[in-house]
Amino acid sequence: MHEISHYEPKTAFERWLDARLPIARFGKDLLDYPTPKNLNYWWTFGGILAFCLATQIVTGIVLAMHYDPSGGGAFDSIQHIMRDVNYGWLIRYIHANGASMFFVAVYIHIFRGIYYGSYKAPRELLWLIGAAIYLVMMATAFFGYVLPWGQMSFWGAKVITSIFGAIPAIGPPIVTWLVGSFTVDAPTLNRFFSLHYLLPFVIAGLVALHIWALHVPGNSNPTGVNVKEKSDTVPFHPYYTVKDGFAVSLFMLMFAVFVFFMPEALGHVDNNIAANPLATPAHIVPEWYLLPYYAILRAIPDKLSGVIALGGAIACLFALPWLDRSRVRSMRYRPQARLYFFIFIVVCLILGYCGAHEPDQQVIPGLAAFNIGDSSINSMAWLSRVCAVYYFAWFLLINPLLGLRETPLPVPESISSPVLSHPAAAPAGAAAAPEKKG
Amino acid sequence: MLRKLLALAVALALPASLAAPASAATTQKPVPNLQWSFSGPFGMYDQAQLQRGFKVYTEVCSQCHAIQYIHFHNLGDPGGPFWSPKYPNPNDNPYVKSIADSWPRQVTEINSDTGDPTHRKPTSADVLVPPFPNDAAAKASNGGALPPDMSLLVAAREGGPNYVYNILTSFAPTPAGIVGAPPGKYYNEAFPGDLSAYWKGDPNHVPLGGFISMPPPLTDCKVTFDDGSSCKLADEARDVAAFLQWASDPKMDQRKQMGVAVFIYLLIFSGLLYVSYRQIWKDVAH
Amino acid sequence: MADSVAGASAVPHDTPDPGRRNFIHIAAITAAAGGVAAIAWPFIDQWNPAADTMALASIEYDVSKVPLGQQVTVLYRKQPLFVRHRTPKEIAEAVADDHADLRDPATDASRVKPGKAEWLILIGVCTHLGCTPLFGQGEWGGWFCPCHGSQYDTSGRIRKGPAPKNLVVPDYSFTGATTIKVG
Repeated sequence: MHEISHYEPKTAFERWLDARLPIARFGKDLLDYPTPKNLNYWWTFGGILAFCLATQIVTGIVLAMHYDPSGGGAFDSIQHIMRDVNYGWLIRYIHANGASMFFVAVYIHIFRGIYYGSYKAPRELLWLIGAAIYLVMMATAFFGYVLPWGQMSFWGAKVITSIFGAIPAIGPPIVTWLVGSFTVDAPTLNRFFSLHYLLPFVIAGLVALHIWALHVPGNSNPTGVNVKEKSDTVPFHPYYTVKDGFAVSLFMLMFAVFVFFMPEALGHVDNNIAANPLATPAHIVPEWYLLPYYAILRAIPDKLSGVIALGGAIACLFALPWLDRSRVRSMRYRPQARLYFFIFIVVCLILGYCGAHEPDQQVIPGLAAFNIGDSSINSMAWLSRVCAVYYFAWFLLINPLLGLRETPLPVPESISSPVLSHPAAAPAGAAAAPEKKG
Repeated sequence: MLRKLLALAVALALPASLAAPASAATTQKPVPNLQWSFSGPFGMYDQAQLQRGFKVYTEVCSQCHAIQYIHFHNLGDPGGPFWSPKYPNPNDNPYVKSIADSWPRQVTEINSDTGDPTHRKPTSADVLVPPFPNDAAAKASNGGALPPDMSLLVAAREGGPNYVYNILTSFAPTPAGIVGAPPGKYYNEAFPGDLSAYWKGDPNHVPLGGFISMPPPLTDCKVTFDDGSSCKLADEARDVAAFLQWASDPKMDQRKQMGVAVFIYLLIFSGLLYVSYRQIWKDVAH
Repeated sequence: MADSVAGASAVPHDTPDPGRRNFIHIAAITAAAGGVAAIAWPFIDQWNPAADTMALASIEYDVSKVPLGQQVTVLYRKQPLFVRHRTPKEIAEAVADDHADLRDPATDASRVKPGKAEWLILIGVCTHLGCTPLFGQGEWGGWFCPCHGSQYDTSGRIRKGPAPKNLVVPDYSFTGATTIKVG
C-alpha cells in the first residue's frame, strides 16, 4: 500500500530539513501508517521483538566494555562483571536471559505468521527476510553462548563446529579454518566475539528491510482478508504504539521474573565451570531454543545425514510460502490445517524435550520395550525420529496436500464486516467485537 | 487475553520441562530439597550463618580448596558475612582487616629490585590466599585429584547448596559387596558414580553413589561457633553450604530486592498502559 | 459505527471528558519516563570504577621504612606515590621560601601534617603533562621532571618550568606513629 505522505512541515526548520533529508516525514509516515484495526495480541510480538533486539544491543555493548575475549581471561572477566562491575550482574543477567526471551518472542511471532498465513502472497519476501533474521539470530546466540568460555561454551562450540567436518572431502580443512587452530581454542573465541558483536547489526538491517517489506503490502490481519478501505484501518500511533507498549510491559514482567528470581534457570550449571579441553561434560546440550534442531541432528545416526536433516529443517521454513497452496490465508477458516498445525507445535516441543536428553534415555522410565535398529522403541532416539518425520511431513506433504484437499470455512467479506454484522457492535463506543476468535 | 496467558504458559513450561536429567550411567542419592534462609523469591542470606560457614571454610576447607574470586573486601560487602552499615567501604571494616591480617598464608610477589619472590601479608584488596600456588601443586598434594575451586562450586552443581550439603553428610562405610575399591578414594552416597563394576551383590540393587577423592572433611564439632550454635556435622554442613552459596552469588540479596521493586513497578505501569490503551481504542469497533 | 462504512477517518471524535482522557496518558508517559530514568542509572554507574579497582583506592604504608634523606615510591591508585623522609636542612629550605614568588603559592606547613614535617607525601605525577619527576634533582633539590624541565622544591612546589601547579598532596592521615593511610 503506497500511501500518500500527509506530513506538513510547519516551521522554517522543518521545511529546511524536509527539503534536504526528509527524516521527520519518514518518521511521521511510520507513525501514521494505516494498520488494520482488528489485529489481536499475537500481533504485538513484532514490537516485542524490536524491544528485545534493542535490549540485547544496549546490554551487549556495555558488557563488551568489560569483557576480555582472550582464552585465558574470558571466564575471569565474566566473574569480574558479575562481582566487581557496578550493576554488572544486572546487565549480564538481562543479556543472558534476554537472549532466551528473544527466542520465546520469535517463536511466537513465527507461529503467528504460520497460523494466519502471513507468509502468503504478496508477503513471501517479508517471510524470507524474517527467516533470514531467525537464522542470523541463531548464529548470534550460538556465538554469544561461547563467550563466557565455560564448559558448555567450549564443548558446545566443539560439537557444532565439528558438524562441518561431515562435509565430504573438504569438511576437516573447513573445520580447521573455521576454528583457527587444531581444535576449538583461543583464536576461535576471539573471532566468535567479533562476529557476535557484528551480527546484531546485520539483524537490525534485516529488520529495517523486514518492516519496509511489510509496509509495501501492509499488515495482514487475523481474518487474512485484505484491507479494502481506510475505515478498516487505524493509524499506527497511538493505537498500536500504546497497545504494543502494553504488551511489552507484560513481556517485561515475565522477563523480570527470570532476571531477578531465577536468572540461571534457563542456563546450564556446567557453564559455571571454566572450559577444560581435557574434561568432557557428561551431557553436552545447547541452549533450549536450539534443542529441537539438536534433536533432529541426532535423530539420524549417520553424521552427514544428520547435518543435512538439520539444514533441511531450517530450509523448510524458507520454502513454506511455496509449499502451502491454500487460497485461504488465516487458519481461523481452515480447521483441518489448524489441527495439523497444533500437532506441529506439540511435535516441536517434544523435539525440544528430546534434544535435552540423551538419545538412549527411556521416554517412559522403567517400561521395557523391544528394539528397532540400534535403539529401544521407548527411547528418546525413536521419539525424535517419529517427531522429525512429522516435522518434515508437515512442511513437505501436509501443507501442499491441505491446499488441494481441504474445505475451508467461509471467509468474511472484509475486516469490518465481522464487526458490523453482529448486532452488538452497532452502538458507538462498543468494546472489542465479539467475533469468533478462532 | 486468554491467548496471551496461554503463550506465557507455553513460554514458561518449555524451559521448565528441560530439567537436566540424571546421567544414564551414574547414580546418586537424590539431592534433598532443603529450606534455606535464602530460599524463595524473598529469601535473604542469614549473616550469622554466613559467618559460621566462613569459619568452617577457613578452618577446614581452605586447607585444600581455593576460592579464587573472593577477595577479603568481599566479606564486608552488603549481603556478606561481615557487612556492617557502619563501614560502607569494606576496606575500613575492622573484621575484614583482621581476617586479612591473620590469614595463615601470605601473598607471593616478585621483589622489583632483585626479581626474587617475596611474601607479604594480604590486604583487603587481595584474594583469599589459596592453599596451593597453582593447580599442579594442588593435584600433587592430593593424590592427583584437583580440589575444585569453591567460588562457583554451588552454581556449578545441580541442586546448589543442597548438593553440597548432601555430599558432606553422605559419607558412609564402603558397602560389604564392593570389591576392588579404588585406593585413596572414599565412598559417598551422594557423589554421582557407577559402582556396578565393583559390586558383587544383587545386580538389581547396586548401591547409589560413587567414590570421591575427598576424605570426609567434617565431624561433629570439628569447628565450634562463638555464638553457641549447634556444631553437629549436619549443621556445619548447612552453614558451609550457605557460605558457598553466598560465594557463588554474593549479589542475591540486592537482586531479589530490586526484583520486587521492578515487579511492582511493572505491574503498575502495565495497568496504566492498559487503561491508556482502552481509552484510545474506546470508540473504534474492532 | 455507521460513519466508518462511508470511509471517514476511524479516529474517534472528542469524548465528552478530554481532561480525564489526557490524565491517563500523562500518567503513563510519566511512569515510563520514571522507569527509563531508573533503568538508565545502572548503565551509567557501570562505567564508574569497579569494586576491584576501588579496593585499591586506599593503601596503608609504614613510613619508618624510608631512610632519612631518601624517598620510596609506592603504587597508589595505579600511580606513583612519593614518600620522602626530609632532612632538617631540606625542611628549613622549604619553609624559608614560603613567601617567595611562587606560581602556585602554598606554605610548607600546609603540605605536611603537624609535628610530622619530616614526611612529605606527594602524588608523583608532574602537573604539566603527567611524567614522573626525578628525586633530588634540579636547582632546589626537590624534583626535576625530565620531559619538559619542570623543577620542584623540597616541598614539592613548582619553581621553574612549564608545570602550572605544585605536586599534589593526596588525602592521607597518620593512623599510628609511623603508619599512614592514603586515600
